[in-house]
Amino acid sequence: MSAAEEVVAEGHEAVEAVPKRAMTLGTGTSLVVLAALLIAPVFVKNFIIFQMTMLLIYGLAVLALNILTGGSGQFSLGQSAFYAVGAYTTAVLMEHFNINYALTLPIAGVICFGFGYLFGKPALRLSGVYLALATFALATAMPQLLKLNFLEHWTGGVQGLVVTKPDAPFGLPMSQDMWLYYFTLVVTLAIYIFSVNLLRSRSGRAFMAIRDNEIAASAMGVDVALYKTLAFGVSAAITGIAGSLGAIAVQFVAPDSYTITLAISLFLGMVVGGVGWLPGSIVGAAFIIFVPNIAEGISKGLSGAVFGVLLFLVIYLVPHGARQAAILGHQLAGKLRKN
Amino acid sequence: MPFGTTLRTAAIATAVATLASTAALAQKKYDTGASDTEIKIGNIMPYSGPASAYGIIGKTEEAYFKMINDKGGINGRKINFVSYDDAYSPPKAVEQVRKLVESDEVLAVFNPLGTPSNTAIQKYLNAKKIPQLFVATGATKWNDPKNFPWTIGWQPSYQSEAQIYAKYLMKEKPDAKIAILYQNDDFGKDYLKGTKDGLGAKASSMIIMEESYEISEPSIDGHIVKIKAANPDVLLIYTTPKFAAQTIKKTAELNWKPLQILTNVSISVGSVMKPAGFEAGQNVLSAAYAKDSTDPQWASDAGMKRWNEFVDKYMPGADKTDTSMVYGYGAASTLVKVLEMCGDDLTRANLMKQAASLKDFTPDTLLPGVKINTSATDFAPIAQLQMQRFKGEKWELFGEIISGDVASE
Repeated sequence: MSAAEEVVAEGHEAVEAVPKRAMTLGTGTSLVVLAALLIAPVFVKNFIIFQMTMLLIYGLAVLALNILTGGSGQFSLGQSAFYAVGAYTTAVLMEHFNINYALTLPIAGVICFGFGYLFGKPALRLSGVYLALATFALATAMPQLLKLNFLEHWTGGVQGLVVTKPDAPFGLPMSQDMWLYYFTLVVTLAIYIFSVNLLRSRSGRAFMAIRDNEIAASAMGVDVALYKTLAFGVSAAITGIAGSLGAIAVQFVAPDSYTITLAISLFLGMVVGGVGWLPGSIVGAAFIIFVPNIAEGISKGLSGAVFGVLLFLVIYLVPHGARQAAILGHQLAGKLRKN
Repeated sequence: MPFGTTLRTAAIATAVATLASTAALAQKKYDTGASDTEIKIGNIMPYSGPASAYGIIGKTEEAYFKMINDKGGINGRKINFVSYDDAYSPPKAVEQVRKLVESDEVLAVFNPLGTPSNTAIQKYLNAKKIPQLFVATGATKWNDPKNFPWTIGWQPSYQSEAQIYAKYLMKEKPDAKIAILYQNDDFGKDYLKGTKDGLGAKASSMIIMEESYEISEPSIDGHIVKIKAANPDVLLIYTTPKFAAQTIKKTAELNWKPLQILTNVSISVGSVMKPAGFEAGQNVLSAAYAKDSTDPQWASDAGMKRWNEFVDKYMPGADKTDTSMVYGYGAASTLVKVLEMCGDDLTRANLMKQAASLKDFTPDTLLPGVKINTSATDFAPIAQLQMQRFKGEKWELFGEIISGDVASE
C-alpha cells in the first residue's frame, strides 16, 4: 500500500511544481507557434495535413486530461470513454439526423459535460489510484456498451458508422483536408484560450487549491465537491469535442477505435508533454502519434518493445516531459544572451 | 471545311485510331506506383495490439513477394511491398493507408486485415479510385461491386459458411435443438445471421439458445455449463481458435456429446484440435476451403510441398502449425496471378478489371476442387467450401464442394 501511496505522492509533487503563470507559453513564442500552424498546411501534402489535424485533435484530448490532472489533481484513465461519446454523438447526429458537423461539436460537448459531471459525482469519494481505477473501468466498459443490441440501430453496433467528410464552405478553393485542418485549428485555439483563462480564473485557483491540499482548500471555503465534479465535467466536454473532430477527420467510428489503449495513450501524452503545462499537450500528442511510427520503422516485429524503450528514455532523461525541456531551453537561451 | 474533306478526315482518323489501338496492346501503361522496374503494393496489418497474432500474414506475404522477386519478378518488374502496422485500430488504419497512398504512392492496397479497419478505409480508397484488393476479412459486405467498385474480398464470407451449416442441419437433423455460442463482435454476429438466414422460417423453432461471450474473457467454461443446462443436441461454435479449443475440451469434460460444428476460422489441428485433445474432438464437423498445414493427409500433396519449401527457405524457424501462413501464401499468390494477367497495362483500372476476371484459379494451398472465380458482378473470389469431420488426428472431407455465395445487401 505504501508503495502505491508513494507513487501518488510523487505524482502530486510533479503537479505541485507548476505555478499558474508557468502553465502557458510567453506571448512571443505563442505567436511563432501559431504562425507555423497557420502557414504550414500550404506547403505540405494532404496526408501531412491530415496528420497535423490528428495532432491538434489528440492535443485537445491531452489538454483536457491536463486540466483534470494538472489543474485539479485528479487522475483519469477513462478519457477514451468521453472521447467515444463525443465521436458517436457527432457520427449519429450527422448520419441519422443530417445535422451540420459544426453544430454537432457543441452538442457533443454538452452531452460529455453532463456525462463527465455525473460520473464525477460518485467518483468524488475516491482519490488517487482508486479514482484512476474507477475511470479505468469506464474505459474498459465503453467499447462493449457501444455494441449493445438496443443501441445498435443508432451506433451501427460492431460495424460502426461511416461519416461523410465536409467540403469547404462558400466554395473556398481548398481541399477537404485543409478545410478540416483550419476548422480544427480554430476550435483548438478557442478551447486553448478558454482553458488558459479558466485556470487563471477563480475556478482555476479553486482547482489548484484542491490539487495542492484538499483540506486547506475546503478550510478556505472552496466547495471541494463542486469543483472536483466541475473539473471532471470540463475535461469530459473538451475530450468529447476532440472525439467529435476525430470522428469527422477519420470519417469512421467503431467500438474498436476507443479501447483502453486510447485512454493510456492520452495519459502517456500528458506525462510526456509535462503534467500541468498546457502547451505540452501538443508535444504529448506528437509523441503518441509519431513515436509508434518511428518505432515501427526501427523494427516491425518489436515495435512495441522499441516504443517502450523510447518511452523509458524520455521518462528517465526528462521526467517532467516537454515542460522540463522547454525550461532547460529557456535557461540555455538566457545564458547565451548574457554571454 | 467542305463535307467531303470532313468525311475523309474522319475516315483517316478512324483508320489511325484502329492502328493505334492495335499498337496500344503492346504499349506500356502505368498509374502511380508502377514502372518498368517496380510495382509498389501497400498493406496494413495489426503487427501490434489485440490482433497481433495475425501479423504473421503480412510477414508471409512479404516473404512470398521476396521469393517472386528472386525468381525475376512479374514480367521483369519487382514487387515492392510496403506494409504498415495499424494495431487493429481504425483511426490508425486511416492514417497508415493515407500514408501509403499519398506519401509512398502505391499502386494498390492489398489484403488489409480486419473488418473495422477495412470499413474505415473503404470510402477513402473508392473515392480515390485505388484498388482495395482481396481484403482479409470474412464480412459479407465486400462483395458489392455496384457501390464499391474498387473493393474486392478474398476468403469465403462468414455468412455463406454459416448458411452451409444451416443447410446441412436442415437436411440431416431437421428436428435439431440448436445452441449457438458466438463471439460478441462482427465476426460472431455474421455467423449468427447466416445461420438464421439459412434456417429461414425454422430458425425460431430450431435455435433454442444464443449465448455470446467477449473476446476479453479468459475462459468460457461458464458459458458451456450454462448451454448444457438448456439441453440442446447441436452446438454451433462460432469462436476464435483459443475459445474453440476450450469449448471442445469442456464439453468432453462434462461428458456431454452434442453434435458440434466449428467455424472454419478455428479448424487448425495444431492450435485447436490438439490442445483440445484429439479424443474430445472426434466427430466434430466443420467446413474448409484451404489445406491445413498440420494435417498429415497433405504431406505428399504437390501444392503443400511447394508451400513447405517456401516456408523452409524464406521463413526459416517459423511455426508451421500457424494457419495464417497458409492464408498469406494463398492471398499473395492470388495477387501475383492478377499482376501477371495485367501484363504491361499496370493501371489501377486494369488491375481491378483483371482481379474481377479470375477464372478457375487454384493457389497451391486451396482444397482440391475449390477454385477462385470472379466477374464484374461477383467480387467474392472464394465461395466454395467442403464439409469435413474430425476423425483420429485429422479432418476427413466428405460430401460435395458446396458453393455458398451470399450477395451483399
